[in-house]
Amino acid sequence: MNAENTIPSNTFNGQPKKFVTWLFVLSSLMCFAGLTSAYIVRKAEGNWKIFDLPQTFYYTTALIILSSITLHISLTNTKKGQVAKQKNFLILTILLGLGFLIGQYIAWKELVANGIFFSGNPAESFLYVISGFHAFHIIAGLLLLLYALAGTSSKINQTKNIFRMEISAIFWHFIDILWIYLFVFLLINR
Amino acid sequence: MSDHTTHHTDSHDAHHGAHHKETFISKYVFSMDHKMIAKQYLITGIIMAVVGMVLSILFRIQLGWPDESFPFLEKLLGKWAQGGRIDPSFYMSMVTIHGTIMVFFVLTAGLSGTFSNLLIPLQVGARDMASPFINMLSYWLFFLSSVIMAWSLLIESGPASGGWTIYPPLSALPKAMPGSGLGMTLWLISMALFVASALMGGINYISTVLNMRTKGMSMTKMPLTIWAFLLTAILGVLSFPVLFAGVILLIFDRGFGTSFYLSDIFIGGEALPNHGGSPVLFQHLFWFLGHPEVYIIIMPALGISSEIIATNARKPIFGYRAMIISLIGIAFLSFIVWGHHMFVTGMNPFLGSVFMFTTLIIAVPSAVKTFNYLATLWRGNIQFTPAMLFAIGLVSLFITGGLTGIFLGNASLDINLHDTYFVVAHFHIVMGSAAMFGMFAGVYHWYPRLFGKMMDTRLGYFHFWLTFIAVYCVFFPMHFMGLDGVPRRYYSFTSFDFMKEWLAVNKFISIAAILGSLAQFIFLYNFFRSIFKGKKAPQNPWNSNTLEWTAPVEHMHGNWPGEIPHVYRWPYDYSKPGHDEDFIPQNVPLSQTMSSNLPGDYGTHHGAKGAH
Repeated sequence: MNAENTIPSNTFNGQPKKFVTWLFVLSSLMCFAGLTSAYIVRKAEGNWKIFDLPQTFYYTTALIILSSITLHISLTNTKKGQVAKQKNFLILTILLGLGFLIGQYIAWKELVANGIFFSGNPAESFLYVISGFHAFHIIAGLLLLLYALAGTSSKINQTKNIFRMEISAIFWHFIDILWIYLFVFLLINR
Repeated sequence: MSDHTTHHTDSHDAHHGAHHKETFISKYVFSMDHKMIAKQYLITGIIMAVVGMVLSILFRIQLGWPDESFPFLEKLLGKWAQGGRIDPSFYMSMVTIHGTIMVFFVLTAGLSGTFSNLLIPLQVGARDMASPFINMLSYWLFFLSSVIMAWSLLIESGPASGGWTIYPPLSALPKAMPGSGLGMTLWLISMALFVASALMGGINYISTVLNMRTKGMSMTKMPLTIWAFLLTAILGVLSFPVLFAGVILLIFDRGFGTSFYLSDIFIGGEALPNHGGSPVLFQHLFWFLGHPEVYIIIMPALGISSEIIATNARKPIFGYRAMIISLIGIAFLSFIVWGHHMFVTGMNPFLGSVFMFTTLIIAVPSAVKTFNYLATLWRGNIQFTPAMLFAIGLVSLFITGGLTGIFLGNASLDINLHDTYFVVAHFHIVMGSAAMFGMFAGVYHWYPRLFGKMMDTRLGYFHFWLTFIAVYCVFFPMHFMGLDGVPRRYYSFTSFDFMKEWLAVNKFISIAAILGSLAQFIFLYNFFRSIFKGKKAPQNPWNSNTLEWTAPVEHMHGNWPGEIPHVYRWPYDYSKPGHDEDFIPQNVPLSQTMSSNLPGDYGTHHGAKGAH
């Protein structure tokens, strides 16, 4: 993302690009809306296996909510210009995000142990596809957070630092809320 | 919002003048300039269109002369046309790839990609797109996806052949038919890249229109082209991800043993393990994209023709706001009509009638647009440029094809008409040819802006009339075949008695199609010759009002050498009473046109409120 060859960096305008992030969030949301609608349509046709969601999902949900809080604290500190606090809370967020990913993997293991397989009944396959596709978003989100973290150590100016943080925050809060939606959806529509 | 824009504008003025050294690679290949990306999209689109057209001529030869052998086909296609007769499975492949290329690569990427890229920054008054880098990425993903799709024509087992709608199980089981193997895999890879490209492009278009308009360019002072591109991009951003979701499930079914779409299938007498899937589920996901997709195709063409018709009728567009509202109406409705593609899938009749109701409502905004075009033409001082002819041709095709849509949208009539040549006739006229005419109109009209040269007008007239007549000769007779129940996608018309009587009509259609396709070489010659040998374009060849004609003919980075022009009026001040010329560009302040100003110009009329 460098439009710097047309816009001098001292008057960097992040607004259109922030908007780009929102639009990406929207399209990603539509993708999940497609998956969950397919889930409902398929479920209505019957021949649907009913099983319990892994316990681990409750813990990972807690982790991802915590990570949103730490990221928010980090962003607030960024705007105050407190780089050290920004950095610490950002690292904490990344660790919580990694914890979430590992947790999801453990949850999958738990599913397999309970006899729920990827290639089984569509009810089982859907669970893996939905949580797996969400995990891909988490990986993308972690890359964005690392990009913002790299910004704290390099010589980019404060405007850009805030811009990177805001972009990451939009996306990270989105995938957090998205997971809560997906979890509740899966709980209700078993 | 306007604060941001002015800020941006001013900062650039200081910067401009310090030109970057551009290498061949950064100027022509990995360009981040929206005008160059537009040209790249257009030329790639034209090449793909030629591929799609050649495929259609090949299968028209089969349909017109099913019992004859053509030795040149064997030379051309090798084992796919042994003894000079096209192989049935390759026939299916050609139909599939023709559809895919025309729908996605030509009329989505070629049309939106070219004109959104060229016109959005130039007409709203921006230096470039919101993110030039993502814009460049969008083109190169599209290019890669075109290469893969074209390459799939050359592989040993043949390209995908289950139809452009890739319904499972043909698309989900690699062993189902020759094209379901590697050909289908390449189709899926190509389309995944295409979706990524379309999303990147669309996101950029929306962000640019909403955030980067010049001072004074309120939403209701935007040209209708921009409105159409904006809504097209919104449709793309909302619908392509759903196709993506559907395709992910399809990929898991193909390669990872899931059963989303597969159930109780036997191949060669052996039962497959897949159990519990639903092929209709795929159709829901596909058509949730598929229907908005046809509006993604037609809306830019409608926007382009609005602009061209107003300019060349030398009259304000009739019902500017009604045009915007009907575009919004079409865009909204396009999301709640997908079921009309599935009336015969065993759908609950009540649900069918809901989809029928929403489908038929689309006739209302479409008719509003049509009448507004006609009212704009009414008593206009019409300039019959080739672009204008194509724009009027679009209106004609939109009416002809739109009327048959009312038949097809009816759930009970559809039982008879579904999957017949009536459907083929309908969509080829209303979205295929109409959108193609919009694209031709756009190319003829904005060619001076794209290449700084003029195209040859006389050749343009030849191209128009031959194409226009050919389109009607090809597609009009198909309605009657469809009413008689002749199904689409059949390889040969000699295998069933009731179809035999249509053989003569098929010959006629094939001859018209071949002649029509030859006429396209007039266009190709005109297009490519004019790049090098065309007359140099004047600043504003059509005496048009929009901002792109105020930018220098020679392309430059950042579009305008000085400050970006400000906007003071709507784009349709043509033949305004009291003014000495018959057009007043958008950047002319009201203070310079005291003789023609109307009381409303200062206040609420044309949404002038938003200007300050």
